[in-house]
Amino acid sequence: MIHVHEVWKRYGKLEVLKGLSIDIFDGETLVILGRSGVGKSVLLKQIIGLEMPDKGYVEVDGTRVTDLTARTFRPGLKPMGMLFQGSALFDSMDVGQNTSFYLRQHDPSLSPSEVKDRVAHALKMVGLEGIEGKMPSELSGGMRKRAALARLIVYRPQIILYDEPTTGLDPITSMQINDLINQTKKELHATSIVVTHDIRSALAVGDRLAFHSDGKIAQIGLKSEFLQNGDPLLHEFFNNAIIDKVELERQLQNSS
Amino acid sequence: MTGSLFQFLSSVGDYVLLIIGVIWVSMRRPPAWILIRDQLFDIGVMSLPVVAITGFSTGMVLAAQSYFQLSDKGLASATGLMVTKAMLVELGPVLTAFMVTGRVGASMCAELGTMRVTEQIDALRSMAVNPLRYLVAPRFIAGILMMPLLTVFSAIMGILGGYMIAVGYYGMSPSSFIDPLPLHVTRFDFFSGIIKSIVFAGIIVTISCYKGMTTHGGAAGVGRSTTNSVVICYSIILISNFLLTLGLNTSYDYINDFLNRWF
Repeated sequence: MIHVHEVWKRYGKLEVLKGLSIDIFDGETLVILGRSGVGKSVLLKQIIGLEMPDKGYVEVDGTRVTDLTARTFRPGLKPMGMLFQGSALFDSMDVGQNTSFYLRQHDPSLSPSEVKDRVAHALKMVGLEGIEGKMPSELSGGMRKRAALARLIVYRPQIILYDEPTTGLDPITSMQINDLINQTKKELHATSIVVTHDIRSALAVGDRLAFHSDGKIAQIGLKSEFLQNGDPLLHEFFNNAIIDKVELERQLQNSS
Repeated sequence: MTGSLFQFLSSVGDYVLLIIGVIWVSMRRPPAWILIRDQLFDIGVMSLPVVAITGFSTGMVLAAQSYFQLSDKGLASATGLMVTKAMLVELGPVLTAFMVTGRVGASMCAELGTMRVTEQIDALRSMAVNPLRYLVAPRFIAGILMMPLLTVFSAIMGILGGYMIAVGYYGMSPSSFIDPLPLHVTRFDFFSGIIKSIVFAGIIVTISCYKGMTTHGGAAGVGRSTTNSVVICYSIILISNFLLTLGLNTSYDYINDFLNRWF
């Protein structure tokens, strides 16, 4: 279980996280919704150890990871992975080298053929088989996201953080990414935290939803109960995001 | 004003921590040889043409000016000595450092800056890879190893250029160019040049990497960081060159004792 306890984070004069607390249970997919710029990605960075909170702490399975001096090196802790908003593929390496990067760094006992097999399996899982030799610059946005996901899948992290996985993608590619998130969770039995402002994506992948507003979690619950007694801002967020098909057809007719 | 001062001091602190960090990771568990090898090639081999051209042309200019200025005072025989000493102790290290800053430092800063703004450095850390060990340490080690070699190469090219002009163009006899050298060019001169080149390598690599790794603000930020890193490197190289010259010359006796004892 991941326990985030009253985490505060400030950048200059801007207080982004204001005593935020949240628990994420093993094997679940928690989606954190919120407007752009409220600090959703900042929260992920505190969890994975890319940044240190000003106050508060993060525990993973009872170990306070914010107390570890080199927090990205956590022997004995569950391996974590993060899918970055811009994919963050290493542009000096081809897709194969990107995908095998973790194994080459941390698992020297694996033979080159084993590494190759695992890379091929991960790429196949995301529907990108046979593109090991391509450079990231030759890939489309959706392919880059999928290649970045393959880079994660290959080392089987037990905790996966997704930072805006569908932002900037067309609706069909977004649904493919959502399917991949669900498939990855099924295959790895991983705990997933998805940060997004895409309601469709949230409903497609989330077991529980949380609404991040004003530096705190304003609302959290199962999908079915999420909108009951909700924060007014949350209702506004949903109302503006969901496009009703009938309403859409009416608007299209009016405009023509 | 106080805010800017605090920010400056904070940046200096972060920079010092980066230097300590990179030395620590390099000593504790050095980076993979393949990473160092790539940087040795990039910093060393790829810089050879530009260092050769600058060294050679500077040597020629030095010889031309020295001969022109000294010959009517009966000091033409000092031309070879002047060129050699200047290239070994001052111009070789500084010009090589300038060339490496422009060619390698700027590219390091831009590469790391791009990696920073596209979250590639965060991606490294998220996969439990220390960016200091993976990105900075290979460049640091390769820089420290290659700069002295490049400096010696630059000095040799300079002396060669000076020799060609003095002997080939001004008609100086080869012996009057070469004969004073073994007598007056000492191990101390050589040592000074090497020490300077090592310090300059450290300055170039650490400043370029620090500016790259602290880049923010997208593509414009990368451009800004790269320009800043080059300007800062040039300034620090010139200032430290002065301080090193002063320090080394003041410690002449100690260094000579040391060299006599060990070499």
